[in-house]
Amino acid sequence: MGTFIARRLLYSIPVLLAATILVFFGMTAVTDPISQIRLQPNVSQQTIQNIIDRKHLDEPVVVQYGFWLRDVFFNQFGNTALGDQPIWPDLSRAIGNTMQLVFISELIAVVLAVVLGVFSAKKQYSFFDYATTTISFFGFSVPIFWFALILQALATWFFLETGFRLFYTFGQSSFAPENAFIDRIQHMVLPIVTLSYVSIATYSRYQRASMLEVLHSDYVRTARAKGVKERVVTMKHALRNALIPVVTIAALSFGAVLGGAVITETIFAWPGMGKFFIDALIRGEVYTLMAWLMVTAVAVILANLVADIVYGWLDPRIRYD
Amino acid sequence: MTDQQVRKDDEIAEAQTQAVIDSAHLEGLEIKSLTQWQLARRKFFQHKLAMTSLVILLLVFLAALFADFIAPYDFAEPDVPNRSSPPTFEGQHYFGTDKIGRDYFSRTLFGTRTSVYVAFIVASVSTVIGVIIGGVAGYYGGAIDNLLMRMTDLFLTIPFLAILLVLSAFLGAGSPVRVAFILGFLFWTGLARIVRGEFLSLREKEFVEAAKVLGASDSRIIFRHILPNTLGPIIVNATLTVAAAILVEAALSFLGFGVQPPFPALGVLIADGQDSLTTLWWLATFPGLTIVLIALCINFVGDGLRDAFDPKQRVK
Repeated sequence: MGTFIARRLLYSIPVLLAATILVFFGMTAVTDPISQIRLQPNVSQQTIQNIIDRKHLDEPVVVQYGFWLRDVFFNQFGNTALGDQPIWPDLSRAIGNTMQLVFISELIAVVLAVVLGVFSAKKQYSFFDYATTTISFFGFSVPIFWFALILQALATWFFLETGFRLFYTFGQSSFAPENAFIDRIQHMVLPIVTLSYVSIATYSRYQRASMLEVLHSDYVRTARAKGVKERVVTMKHALRNALIPVVTIAALSFGAVLGGAVITETIFAWPGMGKFFIDALIRGEVYTLMAWLMVTAVAVILANLVADIVYGWLDPRIRYD
Repeated sequence: MTDQQVRKDDEIAEAQTQAVIDSAHLEGLEIKSLTQWQLARRKFFQHKLAMTSLVILLLVFLAALFADFIAPYDFAEPDVPNRSSPPTFEGQHYFGTDKIGRDYFSRTLFGTRTSVYVAFIVASVSTVIGVIIGGVAGYYGGAIDNLLMRMTDLFLTIPFLAILLVLSAFLGAGSPVRVAFILGFLFWTGLARIVRGEFLSLREKEFVEAAKVLGASDSRIIFRHILPNTLGPIIVNATLTVAAAILVEAALSFLGFGVQPPFPALGVLIADGQDSLTTLWWLATFPGLTIVLIALCINFVGDGLRDAFDPKQRVK
């Protein structure tokens, strides 16, 4: 197992390097830091000249890439162009806040989707099956930002009607709350519901399809024929194999979930990576954006590694040596 | 088995088939052979949910297309006496008006037109690119295949929405056509993978070998022999892309990086209603419901098409 993880991490290095090339040259192709700063008023020629010197912007692009790469790996992504502020402290705080949201909502999404998918498959064409199918079709079709706005409107309406603050629609915590933990949960519920709804819709479809396929397979029939209880057949024989496609899709959608977090955090003013990204985008802060893109690339690569490890646990035929 | 015996067996089998057909004729049954396309069409027409969705979609699209004639008001012209009016039939403000009195039914119609127009360009552009790249990778295989697939893998490591946001922020989106092309140039990866998979398996088939032996050129084999056999998944994917494009464009426009005013788009309309969610609730509600309706119908149509093209599903 240890060697497998080590080998996979080694294999990630070229992928990561390729990602740096994509991010840097992609960004250079569409814009450059100076032209973004020139758009801002009150920036003197001297400031711009300083940035050019500091970021080596008068050198060829490949050399700039080298300097940027050095900053990424040895200098915690370096400093911003304007203001010369270190990027990492703010970014790492944002990552922490986003991970709270993303981990909890993905956990809820996977567990709920598996339960829903298994029940729909066991009771195919029942009322329950049609109900979950309908709900998940809505999940594919509802714009995530609109769903968030509706939740926000409902929560505000509830507060105005009853005078009781059930969920907050804005920010991460109140000023001087009575109970910090409950206060945080009141802030987290709506963003988490938003984020997990779309994931549940997708994952439960996959779970249903794979569960149906496994339930009709020969080895499940054999298990039934030899008299294994239906409950054990479902939970032990079928479910384990039926989980593999869901693990794949959950790992592959990790990038999409981070994309969803961009929208959700903007609407709920959650101080995470999404809001950080939009702020950097509005300010045209190229180096911050590139750092952000690299962090998400690493996150997605790690998510895929976790998926690979989970495969081996689910399917003993997959060996890691 | 000798040659003669085989011929005899064949004759018997033929006679038996003929007998079955004859008896069917005697009972007044007709036996017709259907092409793949006829089968698919018949299966699709029998899919009630998909057909209903298709009819609703066509109505919405027609209403959006003829917005100039249907909309009771201009999309930017304020009806000043009726500012902040809730939905009403009296003044023909079916979806209400905003703070300066613009009619939201008309705005939603024009917004739908923009969003659907963008989505159709996205679907066309991405389908063309996806088919070409997937086809080349699947047909030629080898290094080209490897390079293209690693490229799509790499694109998967960075959130799609983030790439889109960066591109539209710096390439200056705003006009619908620009947004559509930015989206179209990024939406092809899923289709490329599907087409590649189909090409990989089809190029080994006997009919392709036969065409090669007959001296057909690569382009003839690709366009005349393989491509028609992959049209099913391509059509399904293009349909679903329209729904996905509407959702993504709406999100971009909502965040302020997609279609921008004065062009009316559904995402922009929702963003306009964001500040008065509880007071003027209709502003964000109706454009949002329109998106849901369109996306839901397209998803149902896509599902029906997928079933229709699936040879494992029988005609009832």
